[in-house]
Amino acid sequence: MPYAMCFLLFTIGLYCAAVKKNMVKIVIGIMVMEYAVNLFLIMLGFRSGGQVPIVSKEDLAGAGGQLSSLFVNSSVDPLPQALVLTAIVISLGSLALMISICIRTYEKYGTFDITEIRRLKG
Amino acid sequence: MSYPLPVFVIIPLVTAFLLPVFGKRGKSAATVLANLATISLLVLALSSIGSSAVYQVGKWPIPLGINLVLDGLSSLVLLAISVVSAAAMLFSTRYMEQYTAKSKYLSLFMLMVTGMNGLVLSGDIFNLFVFLEIASLASYALVGFGCGHEELEASFKYMVLGSIASICILFGIALVYGNTGSLNMAYISAAVRSRGGLNTGLSFALALFVTGFGLKAALVPFHAWLPDAHSSAPAPISAMLSGVLIKTLGVYALSRVLFNILGITIPMGWILIALGLLSMVAGAFLALGQWDLKRLLAYSSISQVGYVILGIGMGGLIIARAGSDINTQQLAWASLAILGGLFHLLNHAVYKSLLFLTSGSVEMSTGTRQMKLMGGLAGRMPLTRSAATIASASIAGIPPFSGFWSKLILVIAAVQAHFYWVAAVIVLVSLCTLIMYLKVQRYVFLGELPENLKSVKETKGSMLVAMAALACLCMLMGLLLIPSLRANILDPAVKVLIDGLDYSAKIINM
Repeated sequence: MPYAMCFLLFTIGLYCAAVKKNMVKIVIGIMVMEYAVNLFLIMLGFRSGGQVPIVSKEDLAGAGGQLSSLFVNSSVDPLPQALVLTAIVISLGSLALMISICIRTYEKYGTFDITEIRRLKG
Repeated sequence: MSYPLPVFVIIPLVTAFLLPVFGKRGKSAATVLANLATISLLVLALSSIGSSAVYQVGKWPIPLGINLVLDGLSSLVLLAISVVSAAAMLFSTRYMEQYTAKSKYLSLFMLMVTGMNGLVLSGDIFNLFVFLEIASLASYALVGFGCGHEELEASFKYMVLGSIASICILFGIALVYGNTGSLNMAYISAAVRSRGGLNTGLSFALALFVTGFGLKAALVPFHAWLPDAHSSAPAPISAMLSGVLIKTLGVYALSRVLFNILGITIPMGWILIALGLLSMVAGAFLALGQWDLKRLLAYSSISQVGYVILGIGMGGLIIARAGSDINTQQLAWASLAILGGLFHLLNHAVYKSLLFLTSGSVEMSTGTRQMKLMGGLAGRMPLTRSAATIASASIAGIPPFSGFWSKLILVIAAVQAHFYWVAAVIVLVSLCTLIMYLKVQRYVFLGELPENLKSVKETKGSMLVAMAALACLCMLMGLLLIPSLRANILDPAVKVLIDGLDYSAKIINM
């Protein structure tokens, strides 16, 4: 169910980016898609009732230097969180660039409407 | 293996962040530094030919850490990137004087090179995405560098479609991670192989990858952004975008994912062939109707990338059809088709960047890109004209020049594998290409010289050197088919794609 909601969010973003006429709304749509994917990545690593994947000395001392299978099976996967952190930084960069291009375009054309920004054809 | 792989990423990255420090005063120092960086990358890429290596970043063992991998395919694409970027950088030295903020331009240029080099060397699929985004973000900014009406519009269009492509790729990577539990390319392909096929999640990921990389490569249903972006960018950037960016971000990444990570299947082979044929035909016909010189070149890029995808797709289809009990004859056909595709990739990188550089030289001298406003420039700009003629002859496939050989290989491969209609389409599109470049010659360089262009001057200095170097390459590239050179440059790259999923075992054992 959460995956379906996540996919719904993705399609809402895609719809917004494909259909809207306003440049800023297109940018918002792209960002919604980006967040849907980030959410999906986070959910991949999620485990309900899971524990923090940090090994303390006590965890290792009990089983002769080996991690208990309970710990391995119940800890949350930390890798997707690292991936999402990277993806957020990248999307921040592209968001900044997109918004600055929107602003420069507004200065040139005086509108955000993409149906009026049509000099390139062919 | 101790080949210093990180230098390919570190040199351009460090240069990119050093360059803005020079500011307005040290513009010439910044230019020299940037040229030194691209030329040293070219030397390194040349010296890396024929070797293969795995580098573990921070000494983390392979499935845990990030690793960089150099194999035949990587070094082929690396060579294309460094040749084109060295020439484009040399060209920018003079060409970019007409823009302000040159050191920022150089910095973005180096960032784009960083992204492409990193993408080619990356051994895990998430890093591939990170480097892809570095290269894409730099290219969005470079397309809009002129900050005029057209540039901003083109840049926005490119950025929207490019971002959607990146998001699709990231979604695909998430699905792959969820289904195989690994981000390392070798481990993913080992997991796919032990499973013996793709499940629903991985098939959906495959569809997302085809969409994403197809958008980046501007294959025909996804090509809307390319003519705008490539014609609005400054000429050396158009050369980089058409010459290597669409191939690295699109063709290389797609073939790596399809062949080495997820494994090629019969439907995927057909999809590649269909995309290739569509791009070839649609790109060629759309190019014929253009009157803007750079727009015509941009559409012709779509058509030429179609050849590359077609060659790779034919090879993939033959391998997938034969399955595991492939005989030597089928293997030879598949190798020939893939060889044609990859050789065409290398050739197209050289001649299309040369064509864009000559278009930049023409635009700088005449101040226009409209072919109807030009004419008779052969007398005024003889050197640019001869460079353009050599490149046109190459792209149209006239015998001694490079483009002929790769197209010939593709036709031979198609006939041997009994795809007669594909061979016919290849020849037909070649004819269209010839017509469109005759049109360029006729309207730009021959005919009446308009009154306002009587005082046009030939370009000088570094711009000519860059064009001359690429023109020489265009004439000599056919020599790559000589067995000893071929065994070092082209064959290892073909081998990587032919090996398919066995690629994983090699990386893990190295």
